[in-house]
Amino acid sequence: MDFLLNHLLIIPIVLPMAVGGLMLLLGERRTQLKAVLNLLSTLALLATAIALLIQANSGVPVSVAVYLPANWQAPFGIALAADRLSALMLLITAILALASLIFSIARWQKAGVHFHPLFQFQLMGLNGAFLTADLFNLFVFFEVLLAASYGLLLHGSGPERVKAGLHYIAINLFGSTLFLVGVSLIYGITGSLNMADVAVRIGQVAAGDRMLLEAGAAILGVAFLIKGGSWPMNFWLPPSYAAASPPVAAMFSIMTKVGIYIILRLSLLLFGDQAGASEGFPRDWLLYTGMLTLTFGGIGMLGSQNLGRLAGYSVIVSSGTLLAAIGFGRPGVTGSALFYMLSSTLALGAFFLLLELVERSRTFGSDLLAITREAFGLDIPTEEDEDAEADAGVAIPAAMAFLGLSFIACTLLLTGMPPLSGFIAKFALLTDILNPSGLTPEVIDPITPTAWLMLGLLIASGLTGVISLMRAGVRTFWAPAGRAIPRLRVIETLPIAALILLCVLITVKADPIMRYMDAAAAALHDPRDYINSVLSARQLTGKLSEAHP
Amino acid sequence: MEIVIAIAIGVLGGSGVWLLLRPRTFQVIMGLSLISYAVNLFIFATGRLSINQLPIIGGDRPLDLTHYADPLPQALVLTAIVIGFAMTALFLVVLLASRGLTGTDHVDGREVD
Repeated sequence: MDFLLNHLLIIPIVLPMAVGGLMLLLGERRTQLKAVLNLLSTLALLATAIALLIQANSGVPVSVAVYLPANWQAPFGIALAADRLSALMLLITAILALASLIFSIARWQKAGVHFHPLFQFQLMGLNGAFLTADLFNLFVFFEVLLAASYGLLLHGSGPERVKAGLHYIAINLFGSTLFLVGVSLIYGITGSLNMADVAVRIGQVAAGDRMLLEAGAAILGVAFLIKGGSWPMNFWLPPSYAAASPPVAAMFSIMTKVGIYIILRLSLLLFGDQAGASEGFPRDWLLYTGMLTLTFGGIGMLGSQNLGRLAGYSVIVSSGTLLAAIGFGRPGVTGSALFYMLSSTLALGAFFLLLELVERSRTFGSDLLAITREAFGLDIPTEEDEDAEADAGVAIPAAMAFLGLSFIACTLLLTGMPPLSGFIAKFALLTDILNPSGLTPEVIDPITPTAWLMLGLLIASGLTGVISLMRAGVRTFWAPAGRAIPRLRVIETLPIAALILLCVLITVKADPIMRYMDAAAAALHDPRDYINSVLSARQLTGKLSEAHP
Repeated sequence: MEIVIAIAIGVLGGSGVWLLLRPRTFQVIMGLSLISYAVNLFIFATGRLSINQLPIIGGDRPLDLTHYADPLPQALVLTAIVIGFAMTALFLVVLLASRGLTGTDHVDGREVD
């Protein structure tokens, strides 16, 4: 037990890697066995994430846990660090992964080979990117998660997916080269790749080199903005997300958040108070890029005719809101933004899963799905399939009522309408933007024009979201002609219901969750604890060589 | 030497971007390869340019940083080359799949009229 606790931080990376590798050895068949392995591994990841979250929140033994995988002291070796934000991201990833995995067991896991290994490698990359405290290691984990995501996006194949995949891969490969240029510029100037060490050295950079350093940081930022789906680098996003198979799309709703997470982490760590003349230089860029992204997403939602694209544009709205909120550069706003991220990511995951079930009831527009099913023999029952149908084939009653209610819940969550957690998130965000010094300030600050603009954009994007989702809902559920009532299985509806219930729980437990987010944001805005913990982590000595001479 | 490296990176990067913006998938993959060469050279250059310097401590040289090359960018470049190579191979497969499914090598899967 003690051994497990000491090495808790490496489990989210090593476990999916080992399980994914093991599944590759099992060959292309034995889908059910792989599904069980995948499920067990994902459950273990969820437990680890919860343990890390509790550890980060209680501060026992430390609030920033640091792990040195190669037992070399930072900044010479690679370090992993888990603070409140990292633990939160791990938890969101594990929850979404569990939901998509359970959903995929009903049908989608059979649409191609190697779904389960790719799924585990994707988790490895995501967890690694959230935990690492080293810029180049971050690049490696990014490539792992991207490589897995290329395979997952193509899962199920078909011309639509291959075309979207081609664009997605080309853009991400270019993004990765920008990432490398940015990292190497930062290394060239500061002489370090450890994030905490770079943060310390950035204040001592000579005035002549500052321009180059900021250029490097900006190029690095562009790479993350591409992945985060920020305007004008997000035209790839709606088609790819609409083309991906539903469980994969649900997983992808955390993928854009990786970009946002890194931007949040690095912009506050590297360009905080100790950065000297560069202090806060990304702030305005993020603010205005975020606002433009929000506008673009809102307009895009109005213009989408197809549910998949609608969901893709909701991802963009969510990214835009977060980027703009980060751009305000105030702990209160960041805390509310983290709450918004939790609620909107879970809601987006549920929405992507729901879409396929909704599409199943449509007579028009479902032809594409029918073709892919036919092409890959999804509907041709084999013996194994029939067993699976018997296991998972309990159809739930009142299918349309379930779909309708879930659709309404997702709409409320995504647009920030009361009474669910989306509303609380937006309300908190607006409160913090309009009242920088709290609700009972001693001196009432005038509300800045940017705050007014942000207020307008948030409300307007909510409105366009309501209009477009309502239109889609009316067309789907109230249009009378030619509607077949779909047969829904428990195993398909369970993850959607669970994600929505989780959002209800977040609504009920908003107070402790908001406290956690505010503490996470405060730590991000004052990164001394993070820097000290990473740089002072000591090597383990002796024990290993004594035990195994 | 700086000017030679700078021109090489610039030419590779420029040609790469131009090819990346072309409509044929083969041109795109060539463009991506050229860009990754440019980036690899660039990473190399961030360790400062020097001639006849060892990256590993040893021999009869004095233990002094001015007598050694920075080994880190070389390690980084190795990682970047391996990853870039794998990704190019993967892209090649998708490119062939796209060609097979759509019957054209246009990046959008159909010819522009």
